[in-house]
Amino acid sequence: MATMSELYQNVILDHNRTPRNFRQMADATGHAEGRNPLCGDQLDVWIKEDSAGKIEDVSFEGSGCAISKASASLMTQAVKGKTRDEALALFERFHALVTGRGKDQEKLGKLEVFSGVAEFPVRVKCASLSWHTLKAALERKEAVTTE
Amino acid sequence: MATVLDGSTARRLGGLEIHRQDFPILATRRNGKPLVYLDSAATSQKPLAVLEAERQFYETANANIHRGVYHLSAEATRLYDEAREKLARYLGAEHAHEVIFTRGTTEGINLVAQSWGRANLKPGDEILLTEMEHHSNIVPWQLVAGQTGAVVKAAPVTDRGELDLDGFKKLLNGRTRVVGIGHVSNALGTINPVREVADLAHGVGAVVMVDGAQSAPHLPVDVKALGADFFACSSHKMLGPTGMGALYGRAELLDAMPPWMGGGDMIDQVTFERTTFAPLPAKFEAGTPNIAGAIGFGAAAEYIQGIGREAITAHEHTLLEYATAAVSDVPGLRVVGTADQKASVLSFVMDGIHPHDIGTILDDDNVCIRAGHHCAQPLMRRLGVPATARASFALYNTEADADALVKALHRARELFG
Repeated sequence: MATMSELYQNVILDHNRTPRNFRQMADATGHAEGRNPLCGDQLDVWIKEDSAGKIEDVSFEGSGCAISKASASLMTQAVKGKTRDEALALFERFHALVTGRGKDQEKLGKLEVFSGVAEFPVRVKCASLSWHTLKAALERKEAVTTE
Repeated sequence: MATVLDGSTARRLGGLEIHRQDFPILATRRNGKPLVYLDSAATSQKPLAVLEAERQFYETANANIHRGVYHLSAEATRLYDEAREKLARYLGAEHAHEVIFTRGTTEGINLVAQSWGRANLKPGDEILLTEMEHHSNIVPWQLVAGQTGAVVKAAPVTDRGELDLDGFKKLLNGRTRVVGIGHVSNALGTINPVREVADLAHGVGAVVMVDGAQSAPHLPVDVKALGADFFACSSHKMLGPTGMGALYGRAELLDAMPPWMGGGDMIDQVTFERTTFAPLPAKFEAGTPNIAGAIGFGAAAEYIQGIGREAITAHEHTLLEYATAAVSDVPGLRVVGTADQKASVLSFVMDGIHPHDIGTILDDDNVCIRAGHHCAQPLMRRLGVPATARASFALYNTEADADALVKALHRARELFG
């Protein structure tokens, strides 16, 4: 059983307090809004892809719990500079991590701080909302909901 | 087991803690920690009297109702009808047939919106609600508004979470056909001045639909004294089984309303040309109902009346005041909803900690609270909060529960800094 300090690791608390890339983006090439209608979490993700399909810039804004906010913040850092396919592949592995199916989580770097989420099934959607929203933005879908 | 309290505390709490032993779940533990259940506004725990009533029905009297000529079916029918009489007494209805059994408050409101609403609303008619309604007293009206061309309006709420009566009066007019109001706000605990609102509504010829989901478990309810034309409540919030509820409607209104679901048990005669319908209450109860649920619901109403709703209201009020004072010591905590008249709900937010995180941290101490928008998104927007954490109290809660809540909140504060 994970303790509270294992779930709410310092990195998560830090990104919750001062989220990175927490801003709108005027020259975005893609945007999506993500909502979790059951809990009311809401966030916007903006991306700017270059002509080669590489994510040049990514940002977000919104309201949610520490898990969802920190996850969005760390996601923006993790996918910046990656191609669309690399970002989507990373989402797959992140999702496996937070649902407890992860095998190669040691390669997830900072995102590994979310490993504690696997023991809190009701919080998996908090951790993955920003990633679902990023995916929608990459696929040029305007809105996505998780429930 | 009953928490042992000193004499003065026990007197102050009206001695209700003795009833904790009626609720088996309250004796359970998780990871060695006792259950501190502070989410009764979502659903209440069930006393043995309710569990036994259902069990006894299934063991000794189970048969379908209103059908068999045999003794067992007659006995099941008698118990089902008796449950309706218990609910009629509980709500202050004049006649048992003014009580329709439903799946819950939500179904009761949908029944009124679809049956009364579709028969009575015309384009341009107005449905007046309040900004503090639960989604279940908003969405059914939006649906019927879409079907009939009626318009939904919402009376404003003050910063303290009270109904703005002047604002309500401004929106009430000759086009208002129905007023929908929650007796007690599920998100804030505000007790609304239903009688005053009902008198005003009746003054312009509107009918009054009261959402009683949060009042029926906690306050003495008398639909006549409230001036309610319709009053819906849920069994599971008042110590009864889930999937069960009651809708009170004035007989004159219910009689004039068309059925909203067709099927067995609700008919008089059926031919392929024409069907005539059964009288109240069967007209609104198509199909085999939740018979055991009704019997459990009746047992719950009886259990509550055995303790006494005045005593329960007083106990919960004392507890709410105690908890409200105690949480004020938690740094950065703000109570949301500070109405003069409140019932058993303590909603709050904390600087820098989202309600969901509060909920998870409290759960680690086996303290169960609700975190979120409480199915009242318009109210959350009005009050400028995305969500709140909500502790809600019932007759089986004690000051020890409130103390556990406060201790866990301090722990959350420490963790988040």
